[in-house]
Amino acid sequence: MTPVLELLQYDFMRRALVAGLLVGLAAPVVGIFLLQRRLALIGDGMGHVALAGVAAGVLTGAAPVWTALAAAVAGAIAIELIRARGRTSGDVALAVLFYGGIAGGVVLISLSPQGTPANLNAYLFGAITTTSGSDLVTFAVLAVAVLVVTAVLAPRLFAVANDPEYARAVGLPVLGLNLTLAVLTAVTVVVSMRVVGLLLISALMILPNAIAQRLCHSFRASLAVAMVVGVLVSVTGIGTSFYAGTPSGGTIVVLAVAVFVAVSVLSAALERTARRRHQVAEGHHEHEHAEGCGHPAVAHGDHVDYVHEGHRHAVHGGHYDEH
Amino acid sequence: MPVTAAAGPPVVRLSGVSIGYGDRAVVRDVDLTVADGEVVAVMGANGSGKTTLVRGLLGLATVLAGDVEVLGRPLRTRQDRARVGYVPQRHTVGGAVASTVREVVASGRLARVGWLGRLGARDREVVQRAIEAVDLSPMAGSDIAELSGGQQRRVLIARALAAEPEVLVMDEPTAGVDLASQQALARTVGRLTERGVTMLIVTHEVGPLIDVVTRAIVLRDGSIAYDGPLATSPVGQDAGEHHLHEAGDCADPHADVDPDAGRAAARGAWLGSPVEDR
Repeated sequence: MTPVLELLQYDFMRRALVAGLLVGLAAPVVGIFLLQRRLALIGDGMGHVALAGVAAGVLTGAAPVWTALAAAVAGAIAIELIRARGRTSGDVALAVLFYGGIAGGVVLISLSPQGTPANLNAYLFGAITTTSGSDLVTFAVLAVAVLVVTAVLAPRLFAVANDPEYARAVGLPVLGLNLTLAVLTAVTVVVSMRVVGLLLISALMILPNAIAQRLCHSFRASLAVAMVVGVLVSVTGIGTSFYAGTPSGGTIVVLAVAVFVAVSVLSAALERTARRRHQVAEGHHEHEHAEGCGHPAVAHGDHVDYVHEGHRHAVHGGHYDEH
Repeated sequence: MPVTAAAGPPVVRLSGVSIGYGDRAVVRDVDLTVADGEVVAVMGANGSGKTTLVRGLLGLATVLAGDVEVLGRPLRTRQDRARVGYVPQRHTVGGAVASTVREVVASGRLARVGWLGRLGARDREVVQRAIEAVDLSPMAGSDIAELSGGQQRRVLIARALAAEPEVLVMDEPTAGVDLASQQALARTVGRLTERGVTMLIVTHEVGPLIDVVTRAIVLRDGSIAYDGPLATSPVGQDAGEHHLHEAGDCADPHADVDPDAGRAAARGAWLGSPVEDR
């Protein structure tokens, strides 16, 4: 039997892989807007707060997924409102919320009868055996909700993340959209709590996007690449975790970091080669070539060169190349 | 030559308006009427309230007293706001994720599309025309991070144009911009005036826009100190003196430090152009 088929004969592995697929799709979609707003670490904070929710669930016997969801969503709204109100005091308030969440979580879990260190590790760093059938149904509903809401709001979330002041001037509900993104982030944190873990989920929101940034020049392409990377590292990480006996969240994130390093090294090398072949037209090219600018236009493959004092100039990004 | 307020129905009307942040008024008791098709340069020293005035107009700063009407009514709904284009004072565009010129300009079209926020064929055509209007079509697919500061500023103008605004408010569109972009900006503004777009341009140096500005307002300490043709404005009559005054303001530790002030003084020569010719 091939290793892949072997994985699929276990119920818990099938559930873990489906959960991984859902997380791999949803986390980068939410993460790209967080990254664009330079809030790469906010998902970490929500993971901390969600831990307090998990602990409350463990202590009271309620389903930890639902108590984590309640805590993360409440935390997300609090974080966004604090951010919207001020700057200096907001920073401290966020720190209090984050540390309060994780400390409260650890203390509460230790008070509960089942509160063993192994149990806590599974919540913090992910485990493949912990996704139950009912968890999976909840995760599927939540992940689809995250994907649909983000897809519908994507143009607006982009506008707000790109320039909140402009978004406000054209009448977009900036606070409402930011709150929605915060809640989407909280929901994604909860969807990821079984296979990735509350301390590592932020990595799956950010790293696939960071990888895509090395490869893409548009928002749309970045998002598509990040989703593909998210699914690949998440599913591969879960499979590896089965054979290596390592925590799934840690394995997924180590894999993502490895891909990031490989892509960074590779793209830097490619860029060096391209730069050697790429000759920029004299430093400050203040004239802008355009139709009828006075310089003869010559078709050159998929673009137009302009003949400029015996050289051929082609537009490239913000400058002109010698062709 | 200068268009007076009576020339057409007012596009902007401020009566007894005070604008500020929190409960602190920066602009006090201002009356201003701008007619259809006017191109108004809003000038004045740093801290005189230029930016606050236009932010109040756009609903970004608090109107503490008086009435603000744009195109005949207060800006309340998204439809009202779509008729007003805004180019914020910024040196760069965008967040930490790559986005193309076209993607950023398309975000300006949102004001005109339905709740799903999807652009139709005509919307995409308007976006393309907005990019052409600022002479950036060869770079439409480039990541904005690869563009020069001046080119990025033009992306912001194209974004505002993508909503097909009837009024365009620009905050310091030429500050710190390279010569090519200043010239491109002047061409764009010229084309827009031909289409009858009313403009308010907050600026330190009318410089490249001298041929298209039809009226100047000079603010001093939150009030309008001059309102009339550029040629006879205190800024127009003696730029040197004005810029000295401005430099004096900058020495005040409470005033904003303005890196452009020295350069603007050195460049006071824009007055050298024959103003009467316009």
